[in-house]
Amino acid sequence: MYLSELTKLPGVSGNENCVRSFIKEKVEPFCDRIEIDSIGNLLAFKKGYMDTGKTLMLCAHMDEVGLIVSRITEEGFLKFKTVGGIDPRVLVSKRVLVGNKQLPGVIGRKAIHLLSADERKQAPKVKELYVDIGAKNKKDAEKRVAVGDYIAFASRTVTFGDNLMKAKALDDRVGCSVMLELLKEPCPWDLCFAFTVQEEVGLRGAKVCAKRVKPDLALVLEGTTCSDTPGTDVSGVSTRLGGGAALSLIDGATVYNRELVLKLHKLATDAGVTVQFKQTATGGNDAGAIHLASGGVPTVSVSIPARYIHSPSSVISLSDYEAVRETARLLMQEVDNV
Amino acid sequence: MKKKLIDLAAQGGISGHEFSIHESVKKLLEPYCDTVEADVMGNVVGVISAEDPDAPKVMLEAHIDGIGLMVSGIDDDGFLSFIPVGGVDSAILPGAEVTVCGTEPLFGVIGAKPPHLQTGGQSEAIKISDMVIDIGLSAEEARKKVTVGDAVCFAESIEKLSAGVLSGKSFDDRAGLISLLICLDKLKGKKLPFTLYVLAAVQEEVGLRGAKTGAERLAPDCAFCVDVCHGDTPDGGQESIFKLGSGAVISFGPNIHPYLSSLAKTVAKEENIAVSYDADGGDTGTDAWAVQIAAEGIPVLLLSIPLRYMHTTVETLHFDDVKAVGNLLAAMLLKLDLEVLSCTFQN
Amino acid sequence: MFELLEKLCMTPGPSGCEKQIRELIEKEISPFVDSVETDVMGNLIAHKKGNGKKLMFAAHMDEIGLIATCHGEKGQVYVAGLGGVDPYASLYQRVQFLNGAQGVVAPDGKADLLKDLKLGQLYVDVGAKCEEEAKELVAVGEAGVFVGDFYEQNGCVISKAMDNRVGCFVLMEAIRRMKKHQNDLYFVFTTSEEVGLRGAKTSVHTVEPDYAVVLDVTRAGDIPSAEKVALEMKKGVVIKVMDRGFIAHPIVNDRMVTLCKERNILYQMAALANGATDAGAIHLSGGGVPTGCIAFPLRYMHTTGETVAKSDIENAIDLTTVLIEEGII
Repeated sequence: MYLSELTKLPGVSGNENCVRSFIKEKVEPFCDRIEIDSIGNLLAFKKGYMDTGKTLMLCAHMDEVGLIVSRITEEGFLKFKTVGGIDPRVLVSKRVLVGNKQLPGVIGRKAIHLLSADERKQAPKVKELYVDIGAKNKKDAEKRVAVGDYIAFASRTVTFGDNLMKAKALDDRVGCSVMLELLKEPCPWDLCFAFTVQEEVGLRGAKVCAKRVKPDLALVLEGTTCSDTPGTDVSGVSTRLGGGAALSLIDGATVYNRELVLKLHKLATDAGVTVQFKQTATGGNDAGAIHLASGGVPTVSVSIPARYIHSPSSVISLSDYEAVRETARLLMQEVDNV
Repeated sequence: MKKKLIDLAAQGGISGHEFSIHESVKKLLEPYCDTVEADVMGNVVGVISAEDPDAPKVMLEAHIDGIGLMVSGIDDDGFLSFIPVGGVDSAILPGAEVTVCGTEPLFGVIGAKPPHLQTGGQSEAIKISDMVIDIGLSAEEARKKVTVGDAVCFAESIEKLSAGVLSGKSFDDRAGLISLLICLDKLKGKKLPFTLYVLAAVQEEVGLRGAKTGAERLAPDCAFCVDVCHGDTPDGGQESIFKLGSGAVISFGPNIHPYLSSLAKTVAKEENIAVSYDADGGDTGTDAWAVQIAAEGIPVLLLSIPLRYMHTTVETLHFDDVKAVGNLLAAMLLKLDLEVLSCTFQN
Repeated sequence: MFELLEKLCMTPGPSGCEKQIRELIEKEISPFVDSVETDVMGNLIAHKKGNGKKLMFAAHMDEIGLIATCHGEKGQVYVAGLGGVDPYASLYQRVQFLNGAQGVVAPDGKADLLKDLKLGQLYVDVGAKCEEEAKELVAVGEAGVFVGDFYEQNGCVISKAMDNRVGCFVLMEAIRRMKKHQNDLYFVFTTSEEVGLRGAKTSVHTVEPDYAVVLDVTRAGDIPSAEKVALEMKKGVVIKVMDRGFIAHPIVNDRMVTLCKERNILYQMAALANGATDAGAIHLSGGGVPTGCIAFPLRYMHTTGETVAKSDIENAIDLTTVLIEEGII
């Protein structure tokens, strides 16, 4: 498992370099060929042990949500925009790393004493926030930072509680880690392990790579919302932490082939792997782009439940991690029967 | 070039009806290109071929459509109801002069119901459904000359406000096309190691449609898109707002290929071209967003021209900025290294 | 003749689960075409060979519906919408799941029936007493459609799923009636239109047509609650100039208008700021496909009382047939 290494790397959408280099180094010994395309997807190809001429594509995205420097103020603070879906309410008073040199910074907002009664009640707006890197002024800041530098959350990776892990970017370094583990294993079909970019800003990498690879079947490994926390209505609970690998039947971008999903569900259940269905219809992932590529690609998506997703501190269960890996492994091994 | 911009911007050519300005666009491109043709979507494509038929392909792009209106109905008194084509701010419409492209160009003025008959109160903005185009004809005459679906263009002259500062309609993005011409002019006589395509794209304002299909068809190895961005006004704030006359705006973010934005930065410094920087967390809202994922992925750069009052009939820009974009593009094309570009993500 | 339309409307086919409706259409059109295929997305692609340019007709065969997402302790089946399901129009409607089970859409305790009702506040009551019983009847992922009879009155047909079985019907009738044809013809009955023009996107990629014509419904403007749109029932087949998803290509539109004038087919033009059809996906495929849209004015879209005029349908069949027979050269 490469989760603790992977979650430490910054990889905001559009700037996945660190994650890509790490993955490239790890996949090189185990695959036949690596391609990196014009948008930055890393595709690792491996021949199957049967000569079926068919390709199974496994897909996980390397990028994470984050921020980007949009302006440097006269005082040397960094104004920013969000990259991917971030609730501005999680931003105030968080530590960040700015640019490729990973300069430490903090997200600032005026102190509670200075907020008006109205302002206290309202969610902060991104426009009101800034990153403080301790610069004296604009000129000083410009020595270290430029407009367009990406900003990643700085967050420790911690295991705690009952086999849980807290980290940033678990969505979707979990998928990346699972794929790195599975790359070493045999599969009857030819394999393409697609580590995609820019999922968080609109499935951009997947749109490009599915057109290139044209797989016969695709498996998307993802992080998904987990709202089993107190106060959620039963109809709002998408997945449960510790409930196993989550199979999607529908989301905002895909109506999955139900027969295919049920087959995989049965395969997993029969093998004693814990699985659950994702029980809400919202959200979307790379499957949305892949299943519509070219003339259409049969696609399934297996996700890990992640609480507080898209924040600097998301939480997964390591038992779910194993369930996701085992489900994916079963699909690889039994791909002829799915 | 300023004259060319003034002439081009004054013409019709709203989204979906760009064929009405095809001849003008072709005439502008022909002096610089080996071939100029329109494609099935209505995009005009100019080609400057490299000697080597297998040479890589580079694309310059700007969109030629403008926002406008479309006739959606003719009532029994001869008034025309209409819908917006592209992001039209309804506040600019009451009293605006328009040209209805019927069997012949018809002068019209946009009127609204008297305030007490409107569906909203007087403190609310007037809804488009409460407005009509008055072409001064009877229903019978109107129906002879006008059909549902006819295009309606704004009839607005271009004015010079001060030295270099122009005001008029459709600078978004005809100014972008003129900046491409400035670039081509600078490159005249120079041999490039790649075939250069100039895509004058249609239907940007209704969803980046011409750029999407144009880029898919041409599948270049890299692309440079030019569009407008917001110019400084007293009420606009400071985020992603740029001073008129401050030069070209270079974009950064996931939409933009990092090699191309850093090349733009370096070249601007070397050539002493005025620039500023902008960043978007994702969608830039321009054709660059569609081009990036067309074909099997196309590395793209976005350069912008600051423009005040975007999507109105008095869009205002400084011509120096148009020149800055053209000059920067030309200088970049001479230094573009496609080998380095293709190795960017290889680490 | 309208018996076939009734059969089409009464056969369920929610987005993503179009098997039954596809099989019906396949059976009906097979005798009149050279080949029929079903692709990965479930699109039904029929081919009638010809020498000219490739002309593709597309009508979506899916309808809006519901899909079970989870269950409540008291036997509630919670659902999500397949396509643009209006919570108000769903309230107390009967739902038929594809496995045959039926239920009634009911509000949960938190729903405000007068304001801002959301689908998440509704559930389907299948008569179950507890979660287990409900799961037994309707499992997670089971899709269903609304129940609504087919009825003819005063020159109109009323039914659920008129969007877009009427488009399928018009195309099927034209296929049956064609006596000659000019183009290499593809008739595509697309899937998952209601969830984002998805089947159209992949099928057009496979077919790679030179021209395309989409058949779909459009909101009529002649009811008190309608947006101000110059579209009326019984005023003829609609030729769309523009909607939110596309601008019709003049080659295709001019051809259709010319044919209507030549053959005296009653037609009306439409320029709309809202609504979108498969044309939105099709015309942007590859380097672009010149596309037009034949539409039918429909009242009460996405309800069980979708109403269309028979005369508009007849006009549409006439136009589609003559377009097939005379072709786009």
